Amino acid sequence: MDFAGIVELINSKFGDGFAAVEEEAAPETVQVSPSQWGELAPFLREGESLSFDAMMCITGIDEGAESENLAVVYNLHSMKHNHKLEVYVPTPRAAPKVPSVEQIWRIADWFERETYDMFGIEFEGHRDLRRILLPSDWDGFPLRKDYQFPETYRGIVVDKMKEGWE
Amino acid sequence: MGVAVEKELGSVQGEEMVLNIGPQHPSTHGVLRLKVKTDGEIITEIVPYIGYLHRCFEKHCENLTYEQAIPFTDRCDYIGSMNNNFGYAIAVEQLMEIKVSEKVEHMRIIVAEMNRLASHLLAIGTFGLDVGAFTPFLYCFRDRERILDLFEMLCGARLLYNYIWIGGVSHDFPVGWVEKTYDFLDYFEPKISEYNELLTYNKIFIERSADVGVIPADVAVSYGVTGPNLRGSGVRGDLRKDETYGIYDRFDFDVPIGTGAMGSVGDCWDRYYVRVRELEESVKITRQALDAMPRDGDVHAALPKKIRPKAGHIYSRTESPRGDLGFYIASDGSDTPSRFKMRSPAFTALSCLDEIARGWMISDVIAILGSLDIVLGEIDR
Repeated sequence: MDFAGIVELINSKFGDGFAAVEEEAAPETVQVSPSQWGELAPFLREGESLSFDAMMCITGIDEGAESENLAVVYNLHSMKHNHKLEVYVPTPRAAPKVPSVEQIWRIADWFERETYDMFGIEFEGHRDLRRILLPSDWDGFPLRKDYQFPETYRGIVVDKMKEGWE
Repeated sequence: MGVAVEKELGSVQGEEMVLNIGPQHPSTHGVLRLKVKTDGEIITEIVPYIGYLHRCFEKHCENLTYEQAIPFTDRCDYIGSMNNNFGYAIAVEQLMEIKVSEKVEHMRIIVAEMNRLASHLLAIGTFGLDVGAFTPFLYCFRDRERILDLFEMLCGARLLYNYIWIGGVSHDFPVGWVEKTYDFLDYFEPKISEYNELLTYNKIFIERSADVGVIPADVAVSYGVTGPNLRGSGVRGDLRKDETYGIYDRFDFDVPIGTGAMGSVGDCWDRYYVRVRELEESVKITRQALDAMPRDGDVHAALPKKIRPKAGHIYSRTESPRGDLGFYIASDGSDTPSRFKMRSPAFTALSCLDEIARGWMISDVIAILGSLDIVLGEIDR
C-alpha cells in the first residue's frame, strides 16, 4: 500500500485530520501527538491491511536548542505487505513523555532504552526503562543539543574539547 | 544408605544462582557482559549489559562533516566495514540525489560482496570455535586472509577501509586486481565444500547446534532480527531482493533460508548453514559484477565539491553481512548532519537472546550467541 492509502486508512479509523502530514517539511511522514501515538500503534500492528510487524528503527530527535520540542521518529515496515511508514511524535522538552510500544514490538524495548539514554525521553509503560549504552550513573543526556560536556567523571578530569586541528 | 542420601540432599541449595559471563570472555565476541540466572545448569534469565565499547559514534558524527563520518562507520562493524561505508554512502547520495557511474556501482558491489565473504568466514569459523571445533577456524582464517590481502592491495587497509565515498570510491582497482580476484574466486569456491566436510556435517557439531536456540519466525520479526539470523528462521527477507539498492537487481542470486534439515527451522545449525550457503551466492554475485564491470571510467567523477544536503531527512536501509543496516540522517542545510543515527542489526539480534536462551544449558548459550554473529563495535557504537 502506498503512503496516501495508509494515511487514508488511519484517518478513516480515527477521524479526519487525526494524522497530520506536512508535505513540505517532511514528505511521507505522519505526525501525531504522544497520546494519539498510544492509540495508533496497536492499530498499525494489528490492522489487517496494514500489519506493520517490524519496527525498523526508533530515533530520538532534537530540533535544536532553541526549539521547544524533542521528538521520536518511528520507522515501521510490514514484512507481509512490504510497505513502510514513518511516524513523527513531538514531545515537549521540559517533560518529554511518549507512550511505550515495547509490548507491541519487542525490539522497541532496547530502542526505547537507547532513546531514553541519549535524550531523556520517558517512555510511559516501559517495564525496564534504564540506561543501556552509558554507565548508569551518567549525568545528562548527551545527544540533546543543550548538553553540557562534563568536566569530571568520578573525580577524573576530562580533557577540554579542542577547537580545530592541533 | 537412605539416610545418608537424604542428609546430603537436605543440604543442597535449591535457589537460583547468578553467573556473570564477560565482559572479558572469549565467547562473547567482544566486551559483552551477560548476567545469567541459572537453576542448576538451566538458564532462567539472561540480562545482557552492553555499552563497554560505546564511543559516542552518533555524537561525533553530528560534529563532523559528511565525508569525515565515513571512517567512523568503518569502526562500527569492523568485520564488515565495506558494507557500512556502502550503506552510509547510499543514504547521503539519496539525500543529495547523486548518481554514480556504472563502473562505481559495479565496484561497490564487488567489494561489498567480498567483504561479506570475509565476514561470513569469520562468523563460521568463530561459531565452530565456540562449540569446540578449532580446526575449521584456521581454515576460515586462511581464506579470509586472502580477501584481506586483496583489500590491502586495493586501499592499503586490512580492516578499516574508508573505501566507498559519497559519490564514488577512493581508488580505482589497481592493475592486476581484477585478475587476482578472479583467481581468488576460482580458488575459494571449491573450499566451501571443504568447510562442509570439516564442520557442517560433523556429528559433534550437529549435536551441539541442531535443535538448539530455535527462533520462531514471528519472534524473529518482532525482535527486529534481520539478515542471516532471520533467514535461518525460514523468512525469505533480504533487502538486496526486497528493497533493492545499488544495482543488485541486475544480478542473479538466490536467498537461502533455513529448512530445519538437521533439527527444526530456526535453530543454530540453520543460522550457521544460511551463512555457508550465502558464501556461494556472494561468489556468484562477485563473478557477475566482475564480468559486467566497465573497465574504463573515472571513479572520482561524481564526487561532490561540497557536501551540503538541503534540509530534510532520510532513512535508508541496506543489507550488511549481519542484516538490516539503517541510517537515519537529518540535515538542516549546513555541512554537518543535525541528527545521525545508525540502526545496527547486531543490536537487535542480541536483544532477543533472553527470549530464546531461556531453558537451555549454559553451554548452549555460548552456541546461541555464536550463531547470532554479533559484533560489539556495532552494538555499542
